[in-house]
Order: sequence, then C-alpha cells, then structure tokens
Amino acid sequence: MDNKLEQAVKQICDECGNDRTRIMDIVIALQKSQGCVSSQAMDLIAKQVNAHRVEVEGVVSFYAFLSKDPKGKVVIRVCTDVVDRMKGVNEVGQAFQAELGIGLGETTEDGNITLEHTPCIGMCDQAPAALINDEVFTNLSEDKAKAIVQALKKDADPKKISIELGDGNNANELVKSEVKNNICKKGEIIFADNESGAGLKKALELAPADVIKEIKESKLRGRGGAGFPTGLKWDFASKAEGDQKYVLCNADEGEPGTFKDRVLLTERYDLLFEGMTITGYAIGANAGVIYLRGEYAYLRAFLENKLVERRDKNLLGKNVLGKDGFDFDIRIQMGAGAYVCGEETALISSCEGMRGDPKNRPPFPAQKGYLGCPTVVNNVETLSIVTRIMEKGAAWFTGIGTEASAGTKILSISGDCEAPGVYEFPIGIKIEDLLKEVKAENAQAVLIGGPAGQIISATEFNRYICFDDLATGGAIVIFGAQRNILEIVNEYMDFFIEENCGYCTPCRVGNVLLKQRLEKIISGKGEKADLDYLQDLGDSVILTSRCGLGQTSPNPILTTLKNFRSLYEGLIKVEKDIMEPTFDVKAALNDAETVAERQSVIY
Amino acid sequence: MIRNRSVRILRGKKMGKPKIATASLAGCFGCHMSILDIDDRILKLVELVDFDKSPVNDIKKFTGRCLVGLIEGGCANEENVHVLKYFRENCDILISVGDCAINGGVPAMRNGIPLKECLEEAYINGPTVYNPSKQIPNDKEIPLCLDKVYPCHHVVKIDYYLPGCPPSADTIWEALVALLNGKPLDLPYELIKYD
Ligand SMILES: Cc1cc2nc3c(=O)[nH]c(=O)nc-3n(C[C@H](O)[C@H](O)[C@H](O)COP(=O)(O)O)c2cc1C
Ligand code: SF4
Ligand code: SF4
Repeated sequence: MDNKLEQAVKQICDECGNDRTRIMDIVIALQKSQGCVSSQAMDLIAKQVNAHRVEVEGVVSFYAFLSKDPKGKVVIRVCTDVVDRMKGVNEVGQAFQAELGIGLGETTEDGNITLEHTPCIGMCDQAPAALINDEVFTNLSEDKAKAIVQALKKDADPKKISIELGDGNNANELVKSEVKNNICKKGEIIFADNESGAGLKKALELAPADVIKEIKESKLRGRGGAGFPTGLKWDFASKAEGDQKYVLCNADEGEPGTFKDRVLLTERYDLLFEGMTITGYAIGANAGVIYLRGEYAYLRAFLENKLVERRDKNLLGKNVLGKDGFDFDIRIQMGAGAYVCGEETALISSCEGMRGDPKNRPPFPAQKGYLGCPTVVNNVETLSIVTRIMEKGAAWFTGIGTEASAGTKILSISGDCEAPGVYEFPIGIKIEDLLKEVKAENAQAVLIGGPAGQIISATEFNRYICFDDLATGGAIVIFGAQRNILEIVNEYMDFFIEENCGYCTPCRVGNVLLKQRLEKIISGKGEKADLDYLQDLGDSVILTSRCGLGQTSPNPILTTLKNFRSLYEGLIKVEKDIMEPTFDVKAALNDAETVAERQSVIY
Repeated sequence: MIRNRSVRILRGKKMGKPKIATASLAGCFGCHMSILDIDDRILKLVELVDFDKSPVNDIKKFTGRCLVGLIEGGCANEENVHVLKYFRENCDILISVGDCAINGGVPAMRNGIPLKECLEEAYINGPTVYNPSKQIPNDKEIPLCLDKVYPCHHVVKIDYYLPGCPPSADTIWEALVALLNGKPLDLPYELIKYD
C-alpha cells in the first residue's frame, strides 16, 4: 500500500481526533490534498476512525465536491443555474471547453485542469460565475474565460489569477475575492449601524428564559424559508432533556437565486456570531456549529480568523464576557456541494460526518438533533436578527414590518433587472414596488423563494411579500418578456432531479416523470390529459415525500400550471391520435430491419 | 384498478349487450388463464357481455365496436403494435392487464441489450443452441422485433391498469363488474397486495 497516502490519511485523521463523526472534515481535507478520496484512502480512513468502509464511501459518493477518481489540480465548476444561463453562461462554458480542448466532466491530458458544471453557487447578482477550486470568478465573459484558462495553463493556481478585488471585506487579506456585495438597500435591522456586543450584554443580564421570552414577544420567524417561530423553537430545545445542547447555523444557502447569506457572512458576521452566542445562552448550549456551504469556502479563513478575534475578546470561550458558567464556542463545518444539506435534518447528518440524508421526524432537532442532543437550527439571517432584537428590544422589532410578519427581510434579487443585489425591506412590500425599486421593466414572471417557492405572473404583482402571502427565504428571480418560462421550469426540474437524496421513490422517480411529461408538452406532443397528469403526480410527490425538498420540488410545474396555464394549453395538440405521439414505430423497427435485411411490410 | 382518465360508461345505450375483446401480445397467456379462472362466474359474464375478438373464442376480426378491450402483454414486435392499434381503434376502453402490459414484464429483460446481440445469443451463441447453419430465423412471415419491449401505454392511450402477474381472477372479475355497472371500483387490500 501507498505509504505516502497512508501517512497523509493518518495525519488528517489524527488532526480530527480519529473521530468518526468528523468523516466529512477528513474526506474534504483529503480531497484537497490528494485530488480525490481513492478506494485505498477510504479503506485507510475507515480503519483509522473505526468505521465501516461503506460509511466512508457513502459520504464520498454523496457530495458533488468529493470524488473517488482523481480530478485535475484545478477544478473549474461553471455555474449553470437558470440565471447564469440567462446571462450567457452557455457561451462562457463553450469558451472554457474550446480553450481547454476538453468537454464538460473531462480533465486535460496533463491532469491539471478539470471542467465541470454545478448548480447555483450564490452569485446570481454577478452571473455568469464559476468556482475554480475554492476561488469565485464572477461576471464571466468568453474573453475572461479564455484569459483565465491561459493564466491557469501558465500557473495552475487559481489564487494567482489577477482580479479586481471586490468591495468591503471581499478585499480582505484572507478573502481576496472579486465577489461584490451589491448591497443595494440598507434597512433598519441588519444593515443598520449597531452597537457591537450590546445585544449579547443585554442577554447575559437576563435569565435564559427571559431571553426566550423576549424573542417570542418579538414574533421573530425563521428567515431560512419555513418561517417557524424562532422563540418557540428555542423554547422546545431549552426544555428538552440533555446536558449537552447545540446551536447550528444554517449557512448552506443552496436555494437557486439566494445569495444574501453570503453578504451577511462577509459583512455582518459579528451579528451572526453574537446571535449564536445569545441562542446558546438562551437554550443552555455551550457549542455552536456554522454549516458553511462548500461553495463559500473562500470565506472560511476569514471567518475562522474572526472567531479567533472573538475568543481573544472573551466574546467566545470560557465564561463569556465574564458571565460565570456560560461557556460557548463556535466551529465551522464545511459542506461539499449538496443542496439537500440545507434541510435541517440533512444538515445535522452532514455535521455528524455522514451522507446528507434527511432524517425522519419526529423526533425534531429541538428534541434530538446533532449527535442526538437537543439542537436549534437557524438561518444566518435569523440569528443575526436575534442580536438586534436583544439590543433594541422586541417592541422596536415588532414596530417594523406588518402586524403578522415583524421585521425586515433581506431579499436576493437577480435576473432581468437593472440593479441585481441584496435588498433589506420591511416585510410587506408589494411585488410591483419591488420591481420598480430594482428597475425591472416588462417583467413577465417573478420567482419568489427559489424553485421551491412559486412562479407568479403579472396579474399577481399586486401581492405582498410576507408570511401570510408570498413567503420567501429571500430568492427573487425576475424573468423578462423575452424568456421562455416552460424551458426555465424544465431547468429547475433538472436541479431537483440532480439534488434529491434518492431516499423516497416519489421524489427520486416522480420528479423524473414530471420532467419527461413536461418535455412531451414542450415538444408539442402533449395532450390535455398530460396537464391533469402533471397536477396529479405533482400533488402525489408533495404528499408522499419525506422532506421539504420533495415536498416542494413539483412547485415550478404546479405554480406555472396555475399561473401560466395558457402557455401549456397553447402547446397542447388538438387532434386526437390513435398512437401515443411519443412512440415512433419506424425508429423502433430500425434495428430489426438492419439485422433482417428487409423492410417492415406493415410500417 | 388504477384510473387513468375518467370514462363515461356506455350503459343504457341501445345497442344491446356490450361487447368485450381480449388480446395477448408479448405475454405468457397467464393473464388469459386468470380471466378463465373466474370459473363459473364466466356464465354470469356471458349474461352481461358478448365476447368479440379474443383468443378465447378465436374470433380474428372485430365484428363491431367493443366497450372493453383487455390487453395482456407489452409490445415486442410490429405485430403487437399492429394488434394494439387495432384494439384502440375498436374499443372504447382499453385496460392493460398484468405486469407485462403495464411494465413490459419478463420480456422487457432484454431492453438493456441491443436487439442484434439478443438475437445472436438466442439463435447462435447461447450455450444450449444447436444451429449449424448459424441463421437467425428470418422468414418474411415472422414479425420484426422492436428495439425493445414497450409497455402498452407507451404505444397507445390506455384507460385503466390492472397490476399483478397475473392479476387474480377476483381482481379481473371485480374490475369488469364495476366497469359494466358504472360503479367505482373498490378492491380489497388482499387483491392489490403483491408480496
Ligand atoms: C431542501 C431544503 C433546503 C434548505 N436550504 C436551506 C438553506 O440553505 N438555508 C436555510 O437557512 N434554510 C434552508 N432550509 C430550511 C431549513 O430546513 C430550516 O427550516 C431552517 O434552516 C431553519 O432556520 P430558520 O427557522 O431560522 O429559518 C432548507 C430546507 C429544505 C427542505
Ligand atoms: S423528499 Fe427527496 S430529498 Fe427528501 S428525503 Fe425524500 S428523496 Fe431525499
Ligand atoms: S403479467 Fe404475468 S401472467 Fe400476465 S402475461 Fe405477463 S408474465 Fe404472464
């Protein structure tokens, strides 16, 4: 056996305490240093951490950024999200292919560069974009793609490609990225000036139960998409039995079209860390984990450094801010390219070093979460808001937004508009007003909440963004009149087909069947009954899937079936065929005619 | 019986007893055996319907429009397609009976292998084949095979599906009676449980 590999594995496993719940960290580190996690490496890891080999292989095969077979030293991942396609990523992808002389999914002959595609990397406001190893490249053009390849051919280190640094902390020594924040509208809560540390101080003066009471009174609801009342969630976790409890921050931000957490992590990390600490105090947890999506690895060193600074200031660590008996620290858990890991139970599985499979509920994470302990999972934005609520009080917070939906919401807006970026609005903004604000003229459709949300048409632009009407985790994508809505829906179905974990048949198979039927309609072969089929099957997938992914995956189809029905109906064949229009008997007989060397006498 | 689209029943039409037809395409005739397995209820069935084109009575051509066509087996060759189309043209309601009609069944095991390889294995290379002339049967009377075995609903519109290998006689009986009486079908769990 390869001695060097054995040493590398041993060293990495030792660094992770030979802890099988940290298999994720181990394989990510190995992937980085070796370019793959080979079959041999899996055996070695399994032995080292005392796990079954299949557990290791299960993890490696699950995540898009891990591979059993060697990849190039440099892996270029072109983002092929719908918005990137709208902004010309197909041409950029072709330029990469031409310049490298390879196709998608291939590696150059010298083994240096691999070219792949990946779903949304959280850069829709500066699309087309690509990841090159951990570095992010934005606003790509064919020329820029060519220049990047030429630079990489000279020196296979993407860090050395010359770029114009982005604004704010994107230019920080530890980030050095060309990503731009594009903060277009600052609201009263997240992007307003705040007194750092005031929220935490206030919380520590209160009893934990009173902190929870304050959050309950603020009527804060989760900003990650599901909108669950935050105070109630904390209450469950605080009352659940267990000596050890955890706070998990969901920074997986995988919903296509969302990128606001990226900006919060870059500029408002202090609000987040402080919010996690407050949460820990409130529920009685002494440890927090930030699950950072693999696509945001470029922020990791920066965030780690900020954590160190907090420890130095006793904002983390033992007896935080001198509060006797309150210890709290935070670690960062990297993801590795799996949308489903944003689902809270899948996120927990991933933090535990396993495949990112969702878990059955109950028990809910608040009862039995990370490592079997009571756990609160909250979104980056939710936790950041917590800090502000503690600083300014629940009454201040409920004064912003609407009666039922307090506070502001940060929206990630992209697509066909002049000013894509991050906007903080009081909750309750009308879509019409929002479109004006981002300078989107002649919008045909708006996607609210990403593909898991809904696609609405112009007749509904008088609706409101709030928990009782159009709820959203923050993704807003605008489609102009020139866009083909059904093609877009079809691309979103590809996303769910690619990203589901495969556990439930309705989700794994149902989404494929939905897509096939949609394509039949798009190709002009559909009949009226196919529309009923889409509705029935879509409803079944929603009803019978285990987690939120399957329960929302038919939404692109179902919401357009409702809001853009005429597009479907316009494609439906009027005359009835005897034969199914998708069955081509002549083609089906081709092989036999060749073998028999005679033509069919019937067809 | 799994519903595919709502069907208006022709009950009360003047034409006298409704007619029923059956066909076996790429199946093993097991589904037809199951039809015969309704035993003495077949006498009741004959009171309710007349049998038109079917291997049961060896009528080769439709004598008139039928209410129901029962299809066993998927489409493996051009003749199967031809017959299925003929049924679709002449029956108001087509029912895929059995797993072969619904999924392709055992014959569809060849679907992952190119047709040429399949024929060569069957007639030339197979370990038990004795075929000194090394010819693949190719009389022009023999229908040409399709590239793979297609479930019936990939070829024509199918209205209902009766799963099972074969569906039990009781299932078939209950389904026909419900259909002929225009009643919803409520199959007990035992009849749709397969393991
Ligand atoms: C497929 C899927 C992906 C999700 N992705 C995210 C995500 O990226 N970020 C997030 O905060 N919540 C995501 N969620 C929602 C989480 O499951 C969970 O509700 C949320 O993190 C709770 O935090 P909150 O109450 O603060 O919103 C996702 C849910 C599903 C079903
Ligand atoms: S619904 Fe989809 S993603 Fe969720 S558990 Fe089932 S297969 Fe996995
Ligand atoms: S479903 Fe079963 S019984 Fe019916 S034809 Fe096929 S193999 Fe024979």
